[in-house]
Amino acid sequence: MEVSDSILDHLRHVASLPDLTGTRYELETEIGRGGMGVVYAARDCQLGRRVAIKIVDASLAGEARIIAQLEHPAIVPIYENGVLPDDRVFYAMKLVTGRRLDLYIAGSVSLAERLRILRRVGEAVAFAHTRGVIHRDLKPQNVMVGEFGEVYVMDWGVEAVAGTAGFRAPEPALDRRSDVYSLGALLQFLLPISAPPALRAIATKAMRTDPSARYPNVPALLRDTGRFEDGLAVEAWSEPWWHRLQRFGVRNAALLWLLAAYVGVKFLLFFLRNL
Amino acid sequence: MNKILVGLVFGLILGAVDGATAWFYPETRSLVGGIMVGSSIKGMVVGLISGWFARRVQSLKWGIVVGASFGLLFAFLVAVNDTMNGRHPYLEIMTPGFVVGAMIGFLTQRLGTPRRVQMGEK
Repeated sequence: MEVSDSILDHLRHVASLPDLTGTRYELETEIGRGGMGVVYAARDCQLGRRVAIKIVDASLAGEARIIAQLEHPAIVPIYENGVLPDDRVFYAMKLVTGRRLDLYIAGSVSLAERLRILRRVGEAVAFAHTRGVIHRDLKPQNVMVGEFGEVYVMDWGVEAVAGTAGFRAPEPALDRRSDVYSLGALLQFLLPISAPPALRAIATKAMRTDPSARYPNVPALLRDTGRFEDGLAVEAWSEPWWHRLQRFGVRNAALLWLLAAYVGVKFLLFFLRNL
Repeated sequence: MNKILVGLVFGLILGAVDGATAWFYPETRSLVGGIMVGSSIKGMVVGLISGWFARRVQSLKWGIVVGASFGLLFAFLVAVNDTMNGRHPYLEIMTPGFVVGAMIGFLTQRLGTPRRVQMGEK
C-alpha cells in the first residue's frame, strides 16, 4: 500500500503531539516553539478554562520549580506540572493573550509606554533576583504585553539557555549583572530613533562590557530611568549646561510662565499708572 | 524639608519681594518696610495653606489653583482695607497677589516631601 506525502506529514505531526492522556488537559493548538520546548494552548477540563501547556525535556524539569518560586504580577503563574507517558515533562500555566514585545512596539507606541513596559520587566527581574533567580535570556521575544497593558516576562532561568546574541552579556558566567546587561539591551531595543541622549546613555551604561562598570543591580537602572521620567538628571550621562538649562525649563515651565506673568503684570500696572 | 515649611519659606521670600516692589511707587516708597512685612505675612499664610494642601493632594494643577485662589483672597482682604489716592487699589494688589499665590502653590507641589500615609489610614 502506498502512503501519500500529505498523510505521512499528518502522521508525523500527530506523533509529535504530546499525549495528555491521564491529565485534566485537552490539547488545542501549538502556540510557540523554542529551543527549550513547545507551548500549546489547552483546555483544563476540570475548571473549564484555557491554559498554556509547556512541554520540555525531562532534563529541564527544574524550570517549573524555578518559576513556581516567583509569584509576581509580571511573571506567568504555574498551575501544575507533571510527566507525560513519553517521560517528557509538562507544566500548565496561565494562558497569556496579547502580543510579543517585538510585535507590540512595531505599532505606534509612545516613549512613556515603552518605558512603562521596561519598568514592569525590570521590576519582575529585580524581584526574581531577590529569590536568587536570574533570567539569563531576557529579550523582546520573551516579553508579552497583554490586551489590558499587563506585561509578562517568560522563559525564566534555565541553566541550559545560552542567551540570545545582542541581548546576552559577554561574560561566560552569567549572574545578576548579566540581567542588567540584557535589560539595557532591551531598553536600547525599545528606544525609538529620536530617543533622548539621556536614555541612550542609560542603555549604554547597562551594556558595558565590564560588569563592574554597569549598574550594580536592576533597581539602580530603574531609578535612573525614573529620574529621566521625572525630568531630573540621570546618573549615566553628564549633560552639557545648555541641556541642563533646557531640562530645567521643561520641568519648571509653569513656574517660568508665572514669573513672566508677574513681571508683565508689574510692568503693565506701572506704565498704566503713569499714563 | 516638609511641604508646609517649603510654603512658609517661599511665602516669606516671594511676599517680601512682592512687597519690595512698592519702592517703585513714590507715594508708597516711605512705607516700603511695613508693606514688605505685611506682604511677607500674607505670603506665609498662603504658603502654610498651600503646603498643607500639597501634603494631602499631589497635583501640580490643583496646587496652583489653591495657591492662586488664596493669594487672590488675601490680596483682596488687604486691598479692601487700603486706599491709594482715595480709592481701593484692587488691581495693583490683587493681580500680583494672585500670581505670587500661584507660584507658591507650584513650589509647594514641586518641592518638599509629602506626608507619609500611616498604616490603616484611609
